[in-house]
Amino acid sequence: MKKQIALIALTFIGSVIISQNKKYEEQMKNNVAQMDTARSKSHVQKITNNFERIAGAEKKEWLPQYYTALGYIKLAYEESGEAVDVFCDKAEMFVKAAEELKKDNDEIIVLKAMIASARISVNPMVRGQQYAALSASLLEKAKKINPENPRAYLQQGLGIYFTPEMFGGGKAKAKPIIEAANEKFKTFKPKADLEPNWGAPTANYFLNEINK
Amino acid sequence: MKQTVTYKFLFTITAMLLLCINTTAQTKIYGKAYSSKGKPLSGVNIAIKNSYDGATSDSSGAFQFETSDTGKVTLSGIMTAFIDFEQTIDLKNIPIKIEFVLFPSINELATVQISAGSIEASDEKRTTVLKPLDIVTTAGGNGDIIGALKTLPGAQQVGEAEGLFVRGGSNSETKTIIDGMIVNNPFFSSVPDIAQRARFSPFLFKGTIFSTGGYSAQYGQALSSVLVLETQDLPDRTASTIGVTTVGFSAGHNQLWADKKMSIGVDANYTHLGPYIATVKQQVDWVRVPVFSGGSFNFRKKFTDTGILKFYAYYNSSDLANKAQSIDSVREYKPLFDLKNDNFYSILTYKERLGEKWILNLGASYSANIDRIKIDTNKIKAFNELSQGRVVLSRGYGRNSIVRFGGEYQYLSDHSSYNQLTRFMYDNYTAAFVETDIFISRKLVLRIGERYDNSTWLRNDKFSFRSSLAFKTGLFSQVSLAYGQFYQKPEKDYLWRNRTIDFENTQHFILNWQYVSDSITLRAEAYYKTYENMVTTSPKYQCLTCAPPEVFYLDTANTGGGYARGLDIFFRDKKTFPGIDYWISYTFLDTKREYKNYPKSVTPPFAASHSGSLVVKKFFPRKMWGFGTTYTYSSGRPFLNPNNTEFMGDRTSDFHALALNVNIIRTIGKAFTVFVFSVTNVLGSKQVFSYRYSYDGARRQEIGPQAPRSFFIGMFMSFGQDRTKDVINNNN
Repeated sequence: MKKQIALIALTFIGSVIISQNKKYEEQMKNNVAQMDTARSKSHVQKITNNFERIAGAEKKEWLPQYYTALGYIKLAYEESGEAVDVFCDKAEMFVKAAEELKKDNDEIIVLKAMIASARISVNPMVRGQQYAALSASLLEKAKKINPENPRAYLQQGLGIYFTPEMFGGGKAKAKPIIEAANEKFKTFKPKADLEPNWGAPTANYFLNEINK
Repeated sequence: MKQTVTYKFLFTITAMLLLCINTTAQTKIYGKAYSSKGKPLSGVNIAIKNSYDGATSDSSGAFQFETSDTGKVTLSGIMTAFIDFEQTIDLKNIPIKIEFVLFPSINELATVQISAGSIEASDEKRTTVLKPLDIVTTAGGNGDIIGALKTLPGAQQVGEAEGLFVRGGSNSETKTIIDGMIVNNPFFSSVPDIAQRARFSPFLFKGTIFSTGGYSAQYGQALSSVLVLETQDLPDRTASTIGVTTVGFSAGHNQLWADKKMSIGVDANYTHLGPYIATVKQQVDWVRVPVFSGGSFNFRKKFTDTGILKFYAYYNSSDLANKAQSIDSVREYKPLFDLKNDNFYSILTYKERLGEKWILNLGASYSANIDRIKIDTNKIKAFNELSQGRVVLSRGYGRNSIVRFGGEYQYLSDHSSYNQLTRFMYDNYTAAFVETDIFISRKLVLRIGERYDNSTWLRNDKFSFRSSLAFKTGLFSQVSLAYGQFYQKPEKDYLWRNRTIDFENTQHFILNWQYVSDSITLRAEAYYKTYENMVTTSPKYQCLTCAPPEVFYLDTANTGGGYARGLDIFFRDKKTFPGIDYWISYTFLDTKREYKNYPKSVTPPFAASHSGSLVVKKFFPRKMWGFGTTYTYSSGRPFLNPNNTEFMGDRTSDFHALALNVNIIRTIGKAFTVFVFSVTNVLGSKQVFSYRYSYDGARRQEIGPQAPRSFFIGMFMSFGQDRTKDVINNNN
């Protein structure tokens, strides 16, 4: 009888844990799906807030930290002037938290490169050289860890796309890299269900822009 | 027995189920988020700490969610750039309504700042009037720090002498300070009627504060103004530079260690004005065209995350000689002016955080300067040395308040000779200061400081009081008041004549209003200054043995004085015309002083009633080029005409100058390259700084620029280990 009670109790506790896990997965899945489609600033802010809450509750999971950072980077892109730095600072905070949970991860390094690129817009004359170099070296690092990461190629391609032609940038030079990213998106399989799998539509969009 | 066990079992299950029901019971939380201005705030993340439960406020600031938690929990409201809101709430299945206000987080825009009297250029702070890059891209500035600062209100357009003439003060009343310590010879040695450049490259500094009055008790020995320069920390990468210009070459290398904790840099430069002088006709005849050569070395090391040691050493040698027609001679007579200069400057500083609240700044500096001058047949040699040390401790308290205190010591020696006559003087100068910035609220800050100066040469000491008050009147605007007492040792020429003279002194009263947003800066400052104890001279003829010549000497006394009052206005706008950044400054100055050999109180030759600048910059980011233009105006300045019975009664004609520069940025091979083209006085306006009269007053000479226009073309290349290009090249 005692055994039975213990078994029931265990099942009960287990089911609580499972339901907690299920909640995490459900919430994450829902928000990751929304992050891909969110267009308006307020929508991105809302999803980022959702991730930030999950990140606060699930301190051992790197993915909520990762997606919160990604959200703040997207918000930084929407800003101009010095507000960009404020959002980048916040994104950096979550990137650091993610890094502590998951060391030497190519996806997290790609986010760091994105933050560096975003910061250029605050003052291109002063920051251009320094942050472009930082971003490029981070993307190289990410590619070294995982040569098949399409987002590293995409960000590298976009960096070149937005660099003035006389600095070796421009559409023509960006094209082969974004094409490479596009190829890698076709074969890319995330390691786990919730792991980063975004960016294919962006690569497509910019390829269309280039081929116009 | 079995029965009881079953009961117990059922009881446990029921209890668990009840517990389960209890945990799934929902408490509704709803309310609104407002900004400190009372407007609804959208996008706020409202959350129960350490749980998934929460919501984002909508466009009306409203939020609503349900939570299954019970008991006491922390509810937070978080939004980027605002201070987090937190409140403990008790969840008991009863709906809870919460309304809260978020305050902008303490950033420079939201917090009042001490601003009276000072104009700052910095990349680190967000709300500065200028950025360091502005200093090098201002047309007419020719890459000289002083050139750019002269486009700011408060500074006079004086072309015949180096330095900054601020608010009725002479150039000797402005002191240059690097990392807290005074620089004795910040400019290349004076040449009659030709303003010299600042010795130090603007690229050495990460921050510049140009204070036109009312400055902190940290700084002394300046009656009118301080130019506070802060050197760069570690470079962000290893890089080499090469510069080729119409006047010379330069090359440098900065090596950053892989751990990014140490760097070493060297550079060398050589300037030869020969080709330039051959192309552009000059006012004077050059016997030996100016040649400057020198170099510098720097070492920076971070011993800890918060501590940095910096060392910088500079050496430069110059050589020039010219001849200009003497006004006292009717026939052609061109006496020689020959100058050879050697200058050495070094500075060592260490900054470290001590514990949570304390910051320690240590500094030491040694500099030496030798001028060997020949004027006609006379030989002058001037050799001065300055050794100094400085300690400053600061401690934060309260939310933003800070207290700083420290001391400095200087040993200054001066050996000079005029033909066979020699003189030697030295001074042991000690100073101490204490100052605190008290933030009474985020809108109100008060700075109070006291300084003590002691000179053993003058056998005298002084206490001076400084204070500043700033009050924030709106999100972007603030009003400030400042008052200060400032003491300065009289100029060296007077010091060695008379050891009983006193410090000269000024008092500044400043009222400032400013509006600083991301794109618009408007700043207006009114001031009143009193001058006291200014050194006056009177010639004395003394008959020692009577038959041989009379001995002539200058008697000095602290009987002079004067005043200066005026209005400085600065407006900068980066928004109205897309892509165009411009600023306008206007300076009104009314000043009179009695000093030196003035028979009465008059407006000195370095003061114009009205002056101003318009600086316009446009950069084309896609094509990576830009241009800048600077127009400067100054009303006529007084000059001494011996034929006029009124002392300094004459005025020069108005001064106009239009300068133009073009910067083109390219990558050549792997080098980031900047081409600079600049022209001063594009329109060729006639510029007369002053006149020089012959002894009998019959003839006069114009004192003006060396050539109506000056040109500069330069190419600056930087070879960084910039991976961008590697990456791009690898993918081609």
